[in-house]
Amino acid sequence: MFPPIPNPSTEPVAPTFGEADLWRRSASTIERPAERQTEVAKLIDVSKCIGCKACQAACLEWNELTEEIGSNVGVMTNPPDLTENSYTLMRFTEWENPESGNLEWLIRKDGCMHCEDPGCLKACPAPGAIVQYSNGIVDFVHENCIGCGYCVKGCPFNIPRLSNVRDRKAYKCTLCVDRVAVGQGPACAKACPTQAIVFGTKDEMKEWAAGRIEDLKARGFANAGLYDPPGVGGTHVMYVLQHADRPELYAGLPRDPRISPVVEAWKGVTKYAGLTAIGAFAAIGFLHHLVTGANRVSEHDEEAARRLTERGEK
Amino acid sequence: MSADRPRDVARGDAVHPGNPVIVDRYTVPARMNHWLTAICLVLLALSGLALFHPSLFFLTGLFGGGQMTRFLHPWIGVVMFVSFAGLFLRFWRLNFFDRGDSAWLGKPGEVLAGKEEKLPEVGKYNAGQKLYFWLMSITILVLFLSGIVTWQQYFGDRFTVDQKRAAVLVHALAAIVAICLWIVHVYAAIWVRGTINAMTRGKVTGGWAWRHHRRWLREVVTGKTLPPTTAPEK
Repeated sequence: MFPPIPNPSTEPVAPTFGEADLWRRSASTIERPAERQTEVAKLIDVSKCIGCKACQAACLEWNELTEEIGSNVGVMTNPPDLTENSYTLMRFTEWENPESGNLEWLIRKDGCMHCEDPGCLKACPAPGAIVQYSNGIVDFVHENCIGCGYCVKGCPFNIPRLSNVRDRKAYKCTLCVDRVAVGQGPACAKACPTQAIVFGTKDEMKEWAAGRIEDLKARGFANAGLYDPPGVGGTHVMYVLQHADRPELYAGLPRDPRISPVVEAWKGVTKYAGLTAIGAFAAIGFLHHLVTGANRVSEHDEEAARRLTERGEK
Repeated sequence: MSADRPRDVARGDAVHPGNPVIVDRYTVPARMNHWLTAICLVLLALSGLALFHPSLFFLTGLFGGGQMTRFLHPWIGVVMFVSFAGLFLRFWRLNFFDRGDSAWLGKPGEVLAGKEEKLPEVGKYNAGQKLYFWLMSITILVLFLSGIVTWQQYFGDRFTVDQKRAAVLVHALAAIVAICLWIVHVYAAIWVRGTINAMTRGKVTGGWAWRHHRRWLREVVTGKTLPPTTAPEK
């Protein structure tokens, strides 16, 4: 068993990170802190998940949110998709393993992966609406969010949701930044009865995952492995998958997620080339006027018009 | 198009003899339509640039903050699209290219130097204005369509994320094209003195029409359609 995070004391605790520990800040250039905090991570071991949805309930509870009463769409996944309230969602997949003939119930807890290179943050136009702390947590700062939905386009995992009833701002898992800052783990990890969700430093989580993978391999899951996709610089939420060679099995978990090249082009070369082009056109106009001077009508032109008009009038 | 008007003459175009000669170029509705479009375009450029580059985010202050900018921009876009559609319907017939236009475009040196005596006589619009008209029409259509796909509040659920990503890139590129075209448009109006009067007062002087749009002036005066020429009148 992974040693659980002890319960908090009743005394107020000073946060262990904050504004001074920003590693990235949307639409801003910042000076990074001299020292990076130890990276944290949440490890979700799909093979240990029993699908109880305690994590979903704990998430709503901690964030003081209530999910709308929906309707049964015929699957266990409920609500059917992430929402502005449900920052995390158990996605249920029934899969018949052709090798063993077994029906496998693959239950993946979906939510923000807290990418090392966050696409949402790259796409965000509002200064400081998305921040990444040096410990790897990516958080939305709602007082700065303008609700444009660019983060939705930037995210390789299709995570952020815009609020349609509250304030039209974007919401997603915070990795319980407010709990982690005072030495606690995420609410979902706290609630998980089987330790399918554990939380610690990224190194600890990788080490713990290695042991789990070894165990799974010994039980016949030859392709068991860790999901920590390098395309986004690794993530601060990782999965242990029984079939790590086929992540798509798990409700479409992307095989090689990366920030879309379209988004990279939009937020990269287009941004600079665009302003340069606009500046160049203005400068060319200015220079043209300096060189050629105004294009003026002469008295000769007016006279010609008078003659033409008189001829036409008769 | 009424049959009794020459090809390059629009409704309301008329000549008033005098000193100087005055020529009516734009009616009041045409000018109102133009300025509504222009105001929208400037507001769209400012609010769009604010969300395009972080160094311009301060422009959101003009619109009441980031959220208001995000809210207003698409609605201004809708007004702009409808308003521009009005301009399009007014002017599209006058913007067909003819033989004279290729001859005009074939002499960019003379055009840029303002040596119009060396260019073929121009109708209501020269080839540059026609190009501006068609490029702006295409660009605004592209901006409208890509803007719809980007409009998260109403259309967030209607399109896939890949479509939305393509739309924001296309929208940004088209907006840059539109702003550059707009710079050319405004600059040309400033460079060619007497032009702005056409859109503010609706009138130009006879000399202006003679110098820049001689075939148009001839058509207004004579009431007859004249064939486009490919060489300057001797």
